[in-house]
Amino acid sequence: MSGPNPFGNAEQPENPDNPDNPDNPDNRDGSGEPEGAGRSDAAASARIPTPRSSVEDTGRPLPDHVPQPLVLEHRVLKSLLGAWALAACSAEESVAVEEHLGGCGPCAEEALRLRDAVGLLHAEESLDLDPMLRSRVLERCLNRRPPRIPVPEWATPYDAETARLDALLQDIGDSEWHAPIRLRWYEGDDRVSRKTTVAGVLTHLMSVDGLVAVALGLDDPLFGVTPEERRTPESRTETFWKASHFPPTRAVRGPWREQSHAVIRTVSFAADPSGSAGRTRTSGQLSVPYGDFTLPLRDSMLDRAFECWVHAEDIAEAVDYPYEPPSPRHLNRMIDLAARLLPDSLAGRRRAGLAAPARGLVAAGAPGRTLRLEVEGAGGGEWLIALDSPGAVGSAEHEVAHVALDGVEFCRLAAGHVTPEEAAAGQDGDREAIHDVLYATASLSRM
Amino acid sequence: MARETPTRWDRRMQQRLAHGEAAALGELYDRFASLVHGLAHRVLGDEDAADRITRDVFTHVWENPDAYDPKQGPLRSWIATLTHRRAVHRLRQTESAALVRSGEGTTEDLERRVRHASAAARADYIVTSMPAPLRAALELAYFQRRDYRQTAVDLGVTEDEARRRLRLGLQLLSTAHDSGTSGTPPGPPGYGRAL
Repeated sequence: MSGPNPFGNAEQPENPDNPDNPDNPDNRDGSGEPEGAGRSDAAASARIPTPRSSVEDTGRPLPDHVPQPLVLEHRVLKSLLGAWALAACSAEESVAVEEHLGGCGPCAEEALRLRDAVGLLHAEESLDLDPMLRSRVLERCLNRRPPRIPVPEWATPYDAETARLDALLQDIGDSEWHAPIRLRWYEGDDRVSRKTTVAGVLTHLMSVDGLVAVALGLDDPLFGVTPEERRTPESRTETFWKASHFPPTRAVRGPWREQSHAVIRTVSFAADPSGSAGRTRTSGQLSVPYGDFTLPLRDSMLDRAFECWVHAEDIAEAVDYPYEPPSPRHLNRMIDLAARLLPDSLAGRRRAGLAAPARGLVAAGAPGRTLRLEVEGAGGGEWLIALDSPGAVGSAEHEVAHVALDGVEFCRLAAGHVTPEEAAAGQDGDREAIHDVLYATASLSRM
Repeated sequence: MARETPTRWDRRMQQRLAHGEAAALGELYDRFASLVHGLAHRVLGDEDAADRITRDVFTHVWENPDAYDPKQGPLRSWIATLTHRRAVHRLRQTESAALVRSGEGTTEDLERRVRHASAAARADYIVTSMPAPLRAALELAYFQRRDYRQTAVDLGVTEDEARRRLRLGLQLLSTAHDSGTSGTPPGPPGYGRAL
């Protein structure tokens, strides 16, 4: 910006007869105008506007005395026009300004203009943009002009969820960033929690998204820390929280959003656009280490989308905003990821002695005992969960149990937000298998 | 991460859109959707109509990224201008159709409503785009009902400066009423300059 008045009439000579050309206030001191000189035209008095009625006056007693007229220089009176139009000067000053307007055409013109401008001010309405509008607009654009570098299909849930959370964050006030939130998850069969704030949750998301960023060759938001500290989602988050001397504030939004945009952009370029059905050249081989386990990049992007939604719900609840589940298509992908991770989770619990032992050895790739997971509602479907080994294949012929529950409920269970006992699940068949699978689902949760 | 200057961001965005990068379109939407939707809603006063304008504006930018000339000003004001034109055009269409259908009212009424809606939208844009010190002064004086002396204290400036900011802020805002009917400026005033 080149000067204080971007509408730039600074170059034009001051023309007091033109109502659309308020004199440049930057020149006001040097002009040395004689007070009231040549302003005696009678027409001016007819244009005297009255100020906006002052709201603070309502209900208050009237002043005891009639204000004494002040004698003020033209320069000062002119400088008061803005404050006068806003009813933001003293009663004495208002009277002085109004007296002056009767005799000064240019000031009267400007006063009228500024008072009209006050009428254009109004409280900012918080118009919530329909979060689903984004995908509709983007879809239409991309149909009309197909992109040369598309966002890979498996990265679109992350794109949509980060955009949704960002829109929520845009609407919340400074103090709400410090609203308390309790993160909840499972460690073994223990439900654990950790207290933080809205800004702290976003710091957590950024720290863990950083694992994906690093795998893609982007900068790690954690720098100057030991490899051990930046190894797992939990250690990264704790390290990030500790590294700052002050509690996190809304300032974390910018870096979080920049990182998520950079991740989306990078996976778009890393994906091979000529490959079919989202097959990738480079990114297909990438995996993201989480310390104790790794996920292929595309699953990791789904996992981050899931976490983003789960924590966006934490945030929305803390600041009392409504927040919808992801679109059915994206929800379906998230449920699919959880279902695919279940046999490993079961095996892990078995090794820890938390689940019943396998009922028999199943050769890798062979069908074994199966639980049928039926997920209802938008984004639902059916998944066959192999019970005895991660290498086994789920099979309808070997079904020993059936669990039915709502998609969002299943996700809340997988996020550690409801307990296996609380999860409203219809069930029949092998009780032990059902118990183990519900607990294995809760065990997918982590900080 | 180093912050880019707005001009650099605008140019890079244009290049990325021209290159056909879908991720850039998402970022563009994230930055400007509330501006576009807000302006369209201010003109049209209707959620669905504002959704449609939003859709059309982003489609236009995605299909014609080269139509933006960074030398003419920021991307933000270009997009605001596109939105304003489309929304006003749309308002005139629907109001004309209503006029024909009902036979009530005059074309003067119609033009007055269009001018009014148009000025209200420009005013919104001017307020969100004006230099932060001016906006802060107006915010205190108008919404918080502070007088200019209190405003000066709140902002830590002289009373003279507080008066200057209030006056300058209102002067900027008053340009929203300039409808540009003479046809000389290309596009509605209030969007054209670097703010």
